[in-house]
Amino acid sequence: MAIAENLRGPAAGRPSAADARRYWLQAKRNQLTPYMFIAPNMALFSVFVFFPLLYALYISLREWSLIDTPRYIGLENYVRLANDALFWQSLRNTLVFSVATVPMSLAIGLLLAVALNRDLVGRTLLRSIYFLPVVISNVATAVIAAWLFNDNYGVINTLLQRIGLGPVAWLSSPRWALFSLIVTTLWVRIGFCMVVYLAALQSISPTYYDAAKMDGATRWQQFRYITWPLLRPATFLLLILGVIYSFQVFDLIYVMTGGGPGFSTTMIVQYIYQAAFVSSEMGYASAMGMVLFVMILLFTLMQWRVNRRVEDVA
Amino acid sequence: MIAGSSDRAWSRRLESSGIWLLLVAGAGIMFFPVYWMFATAVRPKDEVFSGAAGLIPSSFVWQNFADAIGRVPFLNWAANSLVITVVAVVITVTINLLCGYAFAKFRFAGRDILFLAVLSALMIPFQVIIVPLFLVVSELGLLSDYWGVILPRAAEAFGIFMVRQFMVSIPDELLEAARIDGASELKIFFKIVVPLSKPIIAVLVIFTFMWRWNDFALPLVIMMKQEMYTVQLGLNLLRGQFNTEWTMIMAIALLSLVPMLIIFTFFQRYFVQGISGSGLK
Repeated sequence: MAIAENLRGPAAGRPSAADARRYWLQAKRNQLTPYMFIAPNMALFSVFVFFPLLYALYISLREWSLIDTPRYIGLENYVRLANDALFWQSLRNTLVFSVATVPMSLAIGLLLAVALNRDLVGRTLLRSIYFLPVVISNVATAVIAAWLFNDNYGVINTLLQRIGLGPVAWLSSPRWALFSLIVTTLWVRIGFCMVVYLAALQSISPTYYDAAKMDGATRWQQFRYITWPLLRPATFLLLILGVIYSFQVFDLIYVMTGGGPGFSTTMIVQYIYQAAFVSSEMGYASAMGMVLFVMILLFTLMQWRVNRRVEDVA
Repeated sequence: MIAGSSDRAWSRRLESSGIWLLLVAGAGIMFFPVYWMFATAVRPKDEVFSGAAGLIPSSFVWQNFADAIGRVPFLNWAANSLVITVVAVVITVTINLLCGYAFAKFRFAGRDILFLAVLSALMIPFQVIIVPLFLVVSELGLLSDYWGVILPRAAEAFGIFMVRQFMVSIPDELLEAARIDGASELKIFFKIVVPLSKPIIAVLVIFTFMWRWNDFALPLVIMMKQEMYTVQLGLNLLRGQFNTEWTMIMAIALLSLVPMLIIFTFFQRYFVQGISGSGLK
């Protein structure tokens, strides 16, 4: 850049004092440019993400109802958490919910992607229909699901009764409420998994399959030894995104079941909201948030390591 | 031999049709909830509770929509959502483009660590910071204020990431040439980088629109006055207050989807681009 600057001036090759000064200013400004470009984002992140994260840690060591002054109580909130049956139940609900939704949405998404990657009549329309739930808000989804699963007038029970089954207490019995939530979540998630897998499938070079066919590989062998290994990055990404999603799904449950009946569908995030904005226990809610954060962090790191190791072997 | 190969072609075709039928049936199940929302919204009101209600409404009562809008302040909620969404899209897209550009095309001290910080923001669940975030917004005097829900989400880590991935492939020579011509950095950004980034801008606009329009948890905590409610908060309110008026709830739910359905219909390929182009390859 210095060269360019000098070339333009009449005294090319012999920089004058003014040239040097201009160059110095220019260089200085160039150095600042990237910082100015990232400044708005970084400022907002600092105020609304990083500072709150540290602040959450600070609050989690205190007892505070918002109207009184915060009182330092050390790790008492964390000890209380460990002995809180409701916390353990919400943790268990979260895990059951994740185990039920994540692998299944990946599996169905993969099946759909493989099927819809072929040449089929109406392929585009079919893909759009499977993807449509992704753009629908969780609140609207929850409202629609609450109506479909309605114990008395819901269309699911109506249809079941027409063929001589049910009615099932979809939303008012603890077991079925969790089940209904899981089904609804699958409805939301499989389209997303499908699109990610479709994109990954389309980036696999057809030459692999041609070579495999020459060697007489069956279609299952082609899937097992070509498609599946090459889809691993997509699977890895979907697994992490799926777990993060299922660990923090809030609106769907808040609107559809409100965490009930009882606490049968209360997840950790529901309990955090409850503790903070219903019972005004800011310290306790923040402690729970920190536990959730560490859980997600550990899971992601673990996945990362497993992924690395598999990659090393391969 | 010939018979065998035509047998195989025959079984291939049978298999294809089988898969196709399964896919169509699956699509029917997937689409049914959306259809049922529509069917409930336009049915005569008394038909909703008779167990014999057919899959197709006996008549289409479009008046149901007007009735619903007349009874609840849907237009007010929609106006709030629209203001929040449009302002948020403009801010987020602008600053994410600038930020992603800096990460993609400049070398500067601390770049990698700052980028890592951006990525780590992706991993912090919203509920972890919900209490302090509420306090920060409250300290800034932004409770029940549009800015109270716009600013906390304006910096979007996912957006920065997408922009950076995209802009890395813009040739450096283009930028250098402009610098040699003496263009200012901002001018380079607006005259060269932005026009080249139209695809990613489209993706970013659509995704930000969807995220902000569908947002629930943040407005739930920040918007304490009902006149500041967004569409999603209003829908949730209806679910609690008019528990049994399914015709109205479904009508409002359907109306709440209209902007997303329009965007989805016209810009479908951008959703796919956004999801698939952001870190898989």
